[in-house]
Amino acid sequence: MQNNDHFSESEQPNRRQFLSTAGTVAAGVMAAYSPSHAVTAEAPETAHAAGTTIEGAVPITLRINGRDYSLRIDPRTTLLDCLRETVALTGTKKGCDHGQCGACTVHVNDRRVLSCLNFAVMHDGEEITTIEGLGTPEAMHPMQEAFFTHDAYQCGYCTSGQIMSAVALLKEPCGPDDTAVKELMSGNICRCGAYANITAAIQQVRKQA
Amino acid sequence: MHTFEFIRPTDQAAAIATAAQSKTAQQGADVRFLGGGTTLIDLMKLSVETPARVLDVNRLPLDKIEAPSDGGLKIGAMVRNSDLANHATVQKNYLVLSQAILQGASAQIRNMATVGGNLLQRTRCVYFRDTAMACNKRQPGSGCPAITGHNRTLAIFGASEHCIATNPSDMCVALAALEATVHIQGPKGSRAVAFGDFHVLPGNTPHRETVLESGDLITHVTLPPPISGSKQLYLKLRDRASYEFALASAAVVLTISNGSVSRARIALGGVGTKPWRAPQAEAALTGKPASDAIFRQAAEAALRGAKPQSENKFKIELAKRCLVHSLRTVTAS
Repeated sequence: MQNNDHFSESEQPNRRQFLSTAGTVAAGVMAAYSPSHAVTAEAPETAHAAGTTIEGAVPITLRINGRDYSLRIDPRTTLLDCLRETVALTGTKKGCDHGQCGACTVHVNDRRVLSCLNFAVMHDGEEITTIEGLGTPEAMHPMQEAFFTHDAYQCGYCTSGQIMSAVALLKEPCGPDDTAVKELMSGNICRCGAYANITAAIQQVRKQA
Repeated sequence: MHTFEFIRPTDQAAAIATAAQSKTAQQGADVRFLGGGTTLIDLMKLSVETPARVLDVNRLPLDKIEAPSDGGLKIGAMVRNSDLANHATVQKNYLVLSQAILQGASAQIRNMATVGGNLLQRTRCVYFRDTAMACNKRQPGSGCPAITGHNRTLAIFGASEHCIATNPSDMCVALAALEATVHIQGPKGSRAVAFGDFHVLPGNTPHRETVLESGDLITHVTLPPPISGSKQLYLKLRDRASYEFALASAAVVLTISNGSVSRARIALGGVGTKPWRAPQAEAALTGKPASDAIFRQAAEAALRGAKPQSENKFKIELAKRCLVHSLRTVTAS
């Protein structure tokens, strides 16, 4: 399911559009990172005209949320930075950037991984699912619904990583009790301390399944 | 991050031929194999690792768990930690290995991390990870500020005046107790290395951590046939209940007959500069009744010769209690 509102210069300005527009006005260099330029990454000539030529860039194709993206990227680009800066799917969050917080959790070939400790080039041809591919505000994934119902967040920064982890957990070997859930969710840190509600949300979805 | 050339070798021979051009397979390697990335990419971000060429070996066909004819287990180097820990044969016959892996890192990291990579996991010593600091392991001859600095989590076994960094792996502690063998393919052919010989002590060359030479590719690990009736346990003690490195851990593989210990294999984690096998504890247990008094004697024997640093004397008693509790739990089961 696609939810790339900011790709289609759509009806209502959202916060992300405003920020990237403001950035372009404030400093031209920001344009290289704005979503509107990111979509042209499939056409190297256009990218060149926009000043985004990257020395040593390699061509890859990622299938993200059911859609193919042909990209040219610096091999140093982590999957996380590729998703956020190149493809402009900013639902995946950068917390520590060193594999210690879980905020960047996405699914690769249906398994949860940390997108900060992967190079995007490693995943050429592979299937990536991010929070944007899980559901929409109108048709939420049951886990998104449960997080909403249980108020399983405060600031929300870790939430997409928590939800991606929780959805993957549904298919992993996990004991029935809260202790087992907490153990398998220990790679997702929540500084607000919403853990009790996160556990309750996950348990509700597991009981429904 | 420093720039590098990303290469996906078409086969094992190509990977080895390219890696053989590296000046070393140890710290400072200019060609690195890339597995799960959970250690290497982290260290590349910190500029602790600055390879000029990165060889992505994720698509080499080394991801199988197979049963060889000797009745043991053959584990491909690219098998993910989660797949190994949840494998039915591992859970049935090598439970200590499954438990050790599942107590390490997080579910996401275990989905990424490979067996080969875990054998090469680097220390969490803060001086090693910070390029603003001196570190003999990272920059030979620059000194070891950990000896007079923050060393609470560092080694009490196997250290030298040049390095006191702890090996952080849980998986390796279980592999030590299971007496695994590491299989390596290199430019000059293949060889098998007993697990206890794979990691080396820091001595005067703390930048050398294993026996690997340029071009050496770990292809698989083998486990000997399971010891029938053995009781196994991995117990890990740490600063928080999950997603933390060990302060002390114990891998125990015990066989009891008629109330006495007939065979014991024990290794300790979180305390050594390499995964720390404890033969003195094994000897103290073998042929003795499975009792608390004997367990304590074994723990005393295991920790004899430990040399604490300024901040980690507590590890000696912690490791003893860890081992006693493991032995008590495993014999009660």
